[in-house]
Amino acid sequence: MTELADRPTALPAATDKSDVQGTAEMRVWRGDGTTGQFVDYTVDVNEGEVVLDVIHRLQAEQAGDLAVRWNCKAGKCGSCSMEINGKPRLACMTRMETLPKGEQVTVAPMRAFPVIRDLVTDVSYNYEKMKSVPELKLAERKEGEVHRMAQEDISRLQEFHKCIECFMCQNVCHVIRDHDENKPAFAGPRVFLKYAELDMHPLSTQHGEKVAYDEGGLGYCNITKCCSEVCPEDIHITDNAIIPMKERIADRKFEPIVWLGDIRSARKDAKQQKKR
Amino acid sequence: MPGTALTEYETHDYDVLVIGAGGAGMRAAIEASKTGATVGLACKSLLGKAHTVMAEGGMAAAMGNVWDEDNWQVHFRDTMRGGKMLNNWRMAQLHAQEAPERVYELEDWGALFDRTEDGRILQRDFGGHKYARLAHIGDRTGLELIRTLQHHTMHRQVEVHMEVKIVRLLKEGKRVVGAIGYRREQGTFIVLNAKAVILATGGAGKIYKFTSNSWEGTGDGHALALWAGADLIDMEFFQLHPTGMIWPPSARGLLVTEGVRGDGGVLRNSEGKRFMFDYISEFFRAETADTEAEGDRWYDDHVNNRRPPELLPRDEVARAINAEFKAGRGSPHGGVFLDIASRRSAEDIKRRLPSMYHQFKHLAGVDITSEAMEVGPTAHYIMGGIRVDAETQAATVPGLYAVGECSGGMHGANRLGGNSLSDLIVFGRRAGLAAAEYALGLAETPKTWGGQIAPIVAETLAPFGRDTGENPYTLHKELQEVMQSLVGIIRVSSEMQEALDKIADLKERAKNISIEGHVQYNAGWGEATDVAALLDVAECVTRAAYTRTESRGGHTRDDFPATDKTYWGTVNNSLHKVGDDITITQTPLPQMPAELQALFEEVKA
Repeated sequence: MTELADRPTALPAATDKSDVQGTAEMRVWRGDGTTGQFVDYTVDVNEGEVVLDVIHRLQAEQAGDLAVRWNCKAGKCGSCSMEINGKPRLACMTRMETLPKGEQVTVAPMRAFPVIRDLVTDVSYNYEKMKSVPELKLAERKEGEVHRMAQEDISRLQEFHKCIECFMCQNVCHVIRDHDENKPAFAGPRVFLKYAELDMHPLSTQHGEKVAYDEGGLGYCNITKCCSEVCPEDIHITDNAIIPMKERIADRKFEPIVWLGDIRSARKDAKQQKKR
Repeated sequence: MPGTALTEYETHDYDVLVIGAGGAGMRAAIEASKTGATVGLACKSLLGKAHTVMAEGGMAAAMGNVWDEDNWQVHFRDTMRGGKMLNNWRMAQLHAQEAPERVYELEDWGALFDRTEDGRILQRDFGGHKYARLAHIGDRTGLELIRTLQHHTMHRQVEVHMEVKIVRLLKEGKRVVGAIGYRREQGTFIVLNAKAVILATGGAGKIYKFTSNSWEGTGDGHALALWAGADLIDMEFFQLHPTGMIWPPSARGLLVTEGVRGDGGVLRNSEGKRFMFDYISEFFRAETADTEAEGDRWYDDHVNNRRPPELLPRDEVARAINAEFKAGRGSPHGGVFLDIASRRSAEDIKRRLPSMYHQFKHLAGVDITSEAMEVGPTAHYIMGGIRVDAETQAATVPGLYAVGECSGGMHGANRLGGNSLSDLIVFGRRAGLAAAEYALGLAETPKTWGGQIAPIVAETLAPFGRDTGENPYTLHKELQEVMQSLVGIIRVSSEMQEALDKIADLKERAKNISIEGHVQYNAGWGEATDVAALLDVAECVTRAAYTRTESRGGHTRDDFPATDKTYWGTVNNSLHKVGDDITITQTPLPQMPAELQALFEEVKA
């Protein structure tokens, strides 16, 4: 048995680099769904800290009931989306030192969604829209067999699966950002990724572009790419999901010959249904 | 002080209530809904944000896609050996047998795993697994699991209550008949009556200062079960993941996936030495490479070479890192170096470990394709938890089930990486099925006695009514300091006794917590309701650790450094709460049948 004195204690202690490095002037939105205002705070900031660290310090020291939604603090769960100096950002991935030195930092809730309290918004719109996408139905796996898919055929979709549902693309999309009235008819970029999957999954038995157009309001999108620019996962939402669906829509829905063909085959289907 | 309307509450009735919407909770809800049972799902965060998204490396399943030699028996044996033979053998067996089908099922529901050349699911090497066994999607496997289950759940008959914090289980006699909590967004109370309740609340890393767990890992399920009269087992076994981020301080503890080592990364000390070769324990000597050359050959030929020591089970690697640092050979910020830059091309690293690349670049300003990462142990996973039946995940109180990290037994004294995600889906399915069958088999809906609601509501709101008192953040922070410094990676009886005294003090002070402001999304209130759970879980961990006078897996005693086969190798620590007292007893470990025991006799390499 080793002597207590020689015994390693608990975890290695980090070299203490966490001395306060300075302070930040924060301008934080406080309020409920009906009223609110920006409130100024002066907060300590340590080396390497992100905006969320500073907000937590505010909670612990100056504003115990400051509402903020967060989870993983590692850019993987997409909970802490907010507008920092006017731009949608993940608070957990925005380092204080990357913001303009000596200037006030403005922190506000996402604009496209109703405020619940302070920095927390009601994002249920996004969940409802996701729910409206038809469930993916794959070709059935035969007893004793496994699905075979080539990596190159799924890489495109794996890009969409990186989505952390931070809903910042929804927040910046100008179709809804300042147009609440468009929400019922428009699903938004995050949801278009899901519609696109119905087409792009190598084993899918469905098509996504028609429902995306008819029910998701794909036609409202005029490909300004705001969604792609804000995506923290660098998903090329416009180029890889939205535009290909628009192209297929153009091919299938607006091309007269295909359109006639669709009508014929729909009639034929109806006839066969009758026969049965 | 909140308004009086808060004493009113909404009520919902279900056959099955699932608490927690990580992988285990959602998988359980899906299965329960398939039986026709009505299902409610309550979760503390938004759907799809649970800590499962942080799982990186993959899910272990002996599909044999990369190595034909792999099968459930090998997986079972690896799991038991990784758990230092303290696992519930039946759970380990069911897990190994059923994991492949559960993975294929996820694929049916839309999950897109990385592929082999011939189009099957690719599998990755991980610590303690003899063969490449982890189905994965780069290093964001947990996200894929969550999203797949989330979309599947959305289209099932499952009623989801997001951002609901459950504060207590409801009981009728001995039976659990529901739960009560509050909506974090509004601050209003919600009563969920149910014939069966499944706890799937995840871990308790937040009892420690440095942890890979998010704020949610506050041991809610452990505490809810304990308060409802259920037994917890083996709470002393807390896994330190060997590689957490060390710097910057605000990111300290954040997970660095074992996949880095699985994909060729090595640990080095300040002298540049691959030190893990100096730390191969007798238990694993026969199956571990003793030269760098053999270790490096293993990546391409698992049959003729032995595994490099960087891929020993997590408890072994964590202790080695700790020892290197203590010997003065650590990295500048208090860890060691994890180097993949010199081992793999930049392109490979970005493709296979994209979120690690991203994490280090954004949070630490480190480019892992050209620089080494600084890493050190971080509290990651509690092996102990609610005692459950192996087949059904039923707890020791009727009507209560537990699954995933909040349950105990499956992982023994140490969990192998990759065995958690597969645990969630294997036992999530089993719990959902068993709870639904139990619920549908009950003659009548249990009635919740209304009288028990009001005192719980009053108690939950009490901190608002105190003008002065303890700050919940301060109490939590002090508890973390106690656990980190006194019940950490290396334990000794005098320090644990000190920890128990300090926890008792904190419990006294917690009776006087005061919080300010409104009830809407008030983080201080959340802390206030967490503290009671954290304190009881911390006491359970400490009491169990104090009692187990041996070293094994995620429990290392400086005063009892040896592993004791004859007594501690044959019992589980069992914790129970009556009144204010947490008691501990030992119960015999279930004995595995002869045909499974035989698997261990033939193990040589």
